[in-house]
Amino acid sequence: MNTTNKQVRLGLNGDEAVAYAAYHADVDVISAYPITPQTIIVERLSEFVYNGELDAEFIAVESEHSALSAAVGASLAGARTFTATASQGLALMYEILYIASSLRTSIVMALGNRAFSAPINIHCSHDDAYAARDAGWIQFFAENVQEAYDLTLIAFKVSEDKKVLFPSIVNLDGFILTHSVEPLNIFEDKQVIKEFLPDREAVNKIDPSSPITYGPLALPDYYMEIKKQQAEAFKSTSIRIKEIFGEYEEFSGRSYSPLKKLYVDDADIVFVVLGSTAGTMRTMVKRWRENGEKVGVLSLTLYRPFPSREVAEVLKDVDTVVVMDRSYSFGSPGGQLYMDVAAALNKYGKYNRLVNAIYGLGGRDFTPEMAEDMLNASKDPSIREIWVGVRG
Amino acid sequence: MSRIRRLNEIPRKELFTSGHSLCAGCGIPPMVKMALKAIEGDKVVVNATCCLEVATTLYPHTSWLVPWVHNAFENAAATASGIESAMKVLLRKRDGKKYKIIVFGGDGGTFDIGLQSLSGALERGHNFLYVCYDNEAYMNTGIQRSGGTPLGAATTTSPAGRVIPGKPENKKNLMDIVIAHRVSYAATINPAYPTDMWNKFAKASDLLDKNEGPIFFHYYSPCPVGWRMDTALSIEAARLAVQTRLWPVYEVDHGKIIINIKVNKPKPIEEYLKIQGRFRHLLKPENRGVVERLKKYIDNNWNRLLKLAELDSIY
Amino acid sequence: MSSWPNKWEELPIGGVVDKPGNSLEVKTGSWRALKPVIDLDKCIKCLLCWVYCPDNAIIRRDDDYVEVDYEYCKGCGICAHECPTKAIDMVEEGGE
Repeated sequence: MNTTNKQVRLGLNGDEAVAYAAYHADVDVISAYPITPQTIIVERLSEFVYNGELDAEFIAVESEHSALSAAVGASLAGARTFTATASQGLALMYEILYIASSLRTSIVMALGNRAFSAPINIHCSHDDAYAARDAGWIQFFAENVQEAYDLTLIAFKVSEDKKVLFPSIVNLDGFILTHSVEPLNIFEDKQVIKEFLPDREAVNKIDPSSPITYGPLALPDYYMEIKKQQAEAFKSTSIRIKEIFGEYEEFSGRSYSPLKKLYVDDADIVFVVLGSTAGTMRTMVKRWRENGEKVGVLSLTLYRPFPSREVAEVLKDVDTVVVMDRSYSFGSPGGQLYMDVAAALNKYGKYNRLVNAIYGLGGRDFTPEMAEDMLNASKDPSIREIWVGVRG
Repeated sequence: MSRIRRLNEIPRKELFTSGHSLCAGCGIPPMVKMALKAIEGDKVVVNATCCLEVATTLYPHTSWLVPWVHNAFENAAATASGIESAMKVLLRKRDGKKYKIIVFGGDGGTFDIGLQSLSGALERGHNFLYVCYDNEAYMNTGIQRSGGTPLGAATTTSPAGRVIPGKPENKKNLMDIVIAHRVSYAATINPAYPTDMWNKFAKASDLLDKNEGPIFFHYYSPCPVGWRMDTALSIEAARLAVQTRLWPVYEVDHGKIIINIKVNKPKPIEEYLKIQGRFRHLLKPENRGVVERLKKYIDNNWNRLLKLAELDSIY
Repeated sequence: MSSWPNKWEELPIGGVVDKPGNSLEVKTGSWRALKPVIDLDKCIKCLLCWVYCPDNAIIRRDDDYVEVDYEYCKGCGICAHECPTKAIDMVEEGGE
């Protein structure tokens, strides 16, 4: 089906694009609290609701903890449910992240990635996304504003799918994507989207005619079986996610897959990266290739469930894998993405040389010069961890 | 639901079943089973983490015959906000069903850790009934003091020590906090006065039908284990709490305060204190001062309420 | 419990309990040390015991007289203490 004629091209920043996606998804309940850099999302959605363009309940809660708590209630009650947050807000939600997943809700959250305090900082790190990595949420990373819009629509479809039933996070780099205006294609209106994303048909929703007890106390005799079921169900979501990527491509003309690779197949050095920096690295790698460097880039659109097998397959013949982390895991063997990549390679019997590059913390610009430094350092066999662009 | 004068007017059908593991003599079930009967029509319960939650849903069992949702400790009001919002929007947009939402939380989950989410929900005006069952300490974790623990009471974190004889602070006035949100209807309820309790739930049911929530009830919930009291004395303690004026039974109906149980000749507070181990140390001569402080607190609270009840509205 | 699945593959998803009121399978009468015995000759059908019983262990008959459900009664004694006509005695379990 060719629906490109049902789309319009315009300029939006990432937050606005996400707000349009939630609006176009005809979301039922929005439960959110303002926090930079996601605030524009909830401001735009408030306008859609207050101007009567979107028939939704906007719950202007008094904290992020309540934002996610209310979202859990709304999702269990059968509503298409959206929230958005960043950094400290995600940290305040932390307790409820696990509950939202374990109760198998279908909440979609936009996360305007921002560094954790202290010192307080409003700019991009991936601390918040990483903090949620173990909680049982599907996580997508947008590389640009178009992806932020598309992945939000995809996230609703994925989370509400009867073979999935897990909440989703759509990550977009704070300020770099949330506040940068880029051209993108969006669908003309809500009606167009219904073909791809019909009204939610909730499973096991709150219904007085079939009383269910949600969130009981389970002790050692059953807790482990309940977790095993959740673990297996979460692993298996990747099958539907890939199928839904395909359905969206058919619907929108834009292609998505868990991984994006450039010049990886014959590369000696591959950089693994999340978020907007993938674009920067693609530009750099093209430049380096012109100079004869055998380098490539692998970026992940799907971060959770982690596409371990695919990552290992892509990287199997690469000498040096440079994993770029926009965060730091104190006391761990490496950054959070580094540990995932290392474990994925190990799981499939690959023992590449791994280098961890820590970059861009708290919104530090990642410049071409820094990329050059990173490339050079990664060739030094004595170096295993690089703090890109740090003074000292 | 109509008001009752006699208990035989209460319907037989229970929506809260036996087989739960609440302690013998627990004061919570008489309120819960009455709430589920008096709140008419379809309903959904939201439960904060608390005694009621753990003791009635020990997997794979449940004592609930209505949809029941437990999210976490401090967020029952927020969870109810989400359910109510979803219900409203789905009624407008799709095939949604209408139901009433009842929230149960203990004193820890309401006075303390859940106060913020309660305040937010009350301010936003969601249509639900929130019942705080107040057993005056964190009983679920083993009797630690809460903002609802009364002056002088011994708990495991405010023991009757050699230097400090029980909790040094007075109980927080939760009703005042709730009323500050100008809710349509707030009331204290007490199991020793079951027809009063029923009629308040019936009124809440009518108000929920008219979308006049949020409504708030503060329930006196006797706890024989936490109060170190004979299990048979739960209702007796509840009655004495009212008759000593420690626990005024009143309602705030659209700002008008009405004292429902008049206590013209209060009993001495010592009658209440002496049946509970948590207060027994207060009866020693050296702790006379604490009892005097408690009496003053009771008098001030009662007299203030009498004065407020003279006003047409406190809103 | 007998009807509840044991294996992870068979449990309802989301950790829910979808058998409303199935705690009736848990017979809490074994907790009891003292048991209430009702003398119906003294019962005035006020139903206070029925309203107060934390365990729904007072059965309200069609004629509004009451009986004890010993499968669930935990023996707290509230019914005996609150009975206005002293129609309920608490006796040692095993005695009469």
